[in-house]
Amino acid sequence: MTTTPDAKGFFGEHGGSFLPPALVPVMDELVRAFTRYRDDPEFLREFDYYQRHFTGRPSPLYFCANLTRRLGGARIYLKREDLNHLGAHKVNNTVGQILLAKRMGKTRIIAETGAGQHGVATAATAALMGMQCTIHMGAEDIERQKLNVFRMEMMGARVVPAMSGQRTLKEAVDEALAAWIQDAQNTYYLLGSAVGPHPYPLMVRQFQSVIGREAREQILELEGRLPHTVIACVGGGSNAIGLFSAFLDDAGVAIQGVEPAGRGLTPGDHAATLTLGSPGVLHGFRSYLLQDEQGQPAPVYSISAGLDYPGVGPEHGHLKDIGRAQYVTASDADAVEAFFTLSRTEGIIPALESAHALAQAMRLAPTLPADAIILVNLSGRGDKDVAQIEQMLRAGEISIPA
Amino acid sequence: MASTLTRRIREAQAAGRKALIPYLPAGFPGLDEFWDAVAELDGAGADIIEIGVPFSDPVADGPTVEQAALESLARGVTLKWILEGLATRAGRLRAGIVLMGYLNPFLQYGMEAFARDAARAGVHGVIIPDLPHEEAADIRATLAASGLDLIPLVGLNTSPARLALYAKDATGFAYFVSVLGVTGERATLPQAVGARLAEAKRTFRVPLALGFGLKTPDQLAALGEGPDAVVFGSALITHLRAGGAPARFLEAWR
Repeated sequence: MTTTPDAKGFFGEHGGSFLPPALVPVMDELVRAFTRYRDDPEFLREFDYYQRHFTGRPSPLYFCANLTRRLGGARIYLKREDLNHLGAHKVNNTVGQILLAKRMGKTRIIAETGAGQHGVATAATAALMGMQCTIHMGAEDIERQKLNVFRMEMMGARVVPAMSGQRTLKEAVDEALAAWIQDAQNTYYLLGSAVGPHPYPLMVRQFQSVIGREAREQILELEGRLPHTVIACVGGGSNAIGLFSAFLDDAGVAIQGVEPAGRGLTPGDHAATLTLGSPGVLHGFRSYLLQDEQGQPAPVYSISAGLDYPGVGPEHGHLKDIGRAQYVTASDADAVEAFFTLSRTEGIIPALESAHALAQAMRLAPTLPADAIILVNLSGRGDKDVAQIEQMLRAGEISIPA
Repeated sequence: MASTLTRRIREAQAAGRKALIPYLPAGFPGLDEFWDAVAELDGAGADIIEIGVPFSDPVADGPTVEQAALESLARGVTLKWILEGLATRAGRLRAGIVLMGYLNPFLQYGMEAFARDAARAGVHGVIIPDLPHEEAADIRATLAASGLDLIPLVGLNTSPARLALYAKDATGFAYFVSVLGVTGERATLPQAVGARLAEAKRTFRVPLALGFGLKTPDQLAALGEGPDAVVFGSALITHLRAGGAPARFLEAWR
């Protein structure tokens, strides 16, 4: 059951393309280019080359023996996207899209970023491919993720602060779109998540689907059977759709996406879009949206800068509607606990985003028999979050679990 | 029967001038001041008044309009507030009334309820910049059932095939976006505007309004025969922020 969108990019009720007229021909051009190259052998060969030699794929599938023993239930495996060059799954997509941009004759890349992981991957890939690069990032996130900002600048990117509204990912998308409209002729907009107008959600899934494809092969090789449940965190949903896509047809595999419950499920304290949102249109696509009664996107919050977005990828909306995936939440506190637990039991510091998925795995594992397998996408490494955690510990906002 | 919006533009042309369409974000520069400004623009000869429905993420708008929209949201301006305010003034405004806003607030209001309430409030048409033609059929029909026009937006890079597609369903007028970019004043308009505008004019039966980027009346001279109507938003906002009177702004363009 691969969910293929219709010609207009709808996954069931969600997706499509809702854009001002100046962008309609631009998006038509992108659809044509993606359609032309997505199965082109030369394109795929080049994509594969950079995945192996630049990104370092395949990423390992790692059995957490200590964590499994400690939780006393299902066997926990991690798909180690944190071991990719640049420390997260984002590079899978940036390599694919910039290879496409080059074939389209574009010379300039612009992108939005939340936690900065997509920005860093974009800056690095643009440097590799000789493209000019501008990253739009919320002023608030720039403050939270200083190290990533510096990394982007080191690789030659210009980082532009988004100063409006909440000054986070949503505003960064607004300003990146506005900048794109000015110079769509030469500029390629590199969207980092499985959101936005058609064909972005489909394209991001295709470039991220390597995660699920590898993980499925690896678990069959290691265990000779499929997992009981696969789990990934969901902000926009790119790492999740990359993992899920390989398991959609495996009816026996449960699929769980984990959304950030932040400080609690009260308005403004979370970003649990699929859990509490309703259908709406933002940033050029229809999906679940956290919004007020007037249709204004709601303020969102998460400890993790990569998850606080009021929308979510349209394919996730569809998977929820048809019941193929289940979406649950993990709070800031759950994520912090998982963050420390993995660090201390396995010597792996996870990104706070990925820690949300881990938190759900830790909740689920003890309820399952010892021969069940849980496969978690460890979408990024936590080095970028160390300074934030240190600050929060010092301020007494969190404590190290006993 | 021709729509009120078409009629207003043709009347202006019959009087030997281009129709004037000021754009003002609802609730700007203040809640009461906004309605005063609408009345003043109407009295000063605006042919159509375009009222902006504030949205927090206006992807087609530049900083001037976006800032005004955010201020209006902070004042509590909603689609409901706009319709209620218009309803109390229904029949008192000579100008045609158009609401310009992003899709989501209309969707959440409910399209049928909106069309009914808007018609009752004296609204004649709606511009939804993020509603592409491909997704517009149902909404156009719902609006039309209440007598409202869905105004299509066309741009410099809209292909002839698409122009023809949009023209087939257009009622009221069509809105020609004069720049590749967001709203906001530009000292000069792109060279290609004149030729593309002429092409659009040949394609559409309904009148053509030119907007986005207009700053001074002399920009129109460069466009030859040019558009049937002109829209100004950012320039009017800037004028009002500097303490200027709405009527004075219109005078310069008449």
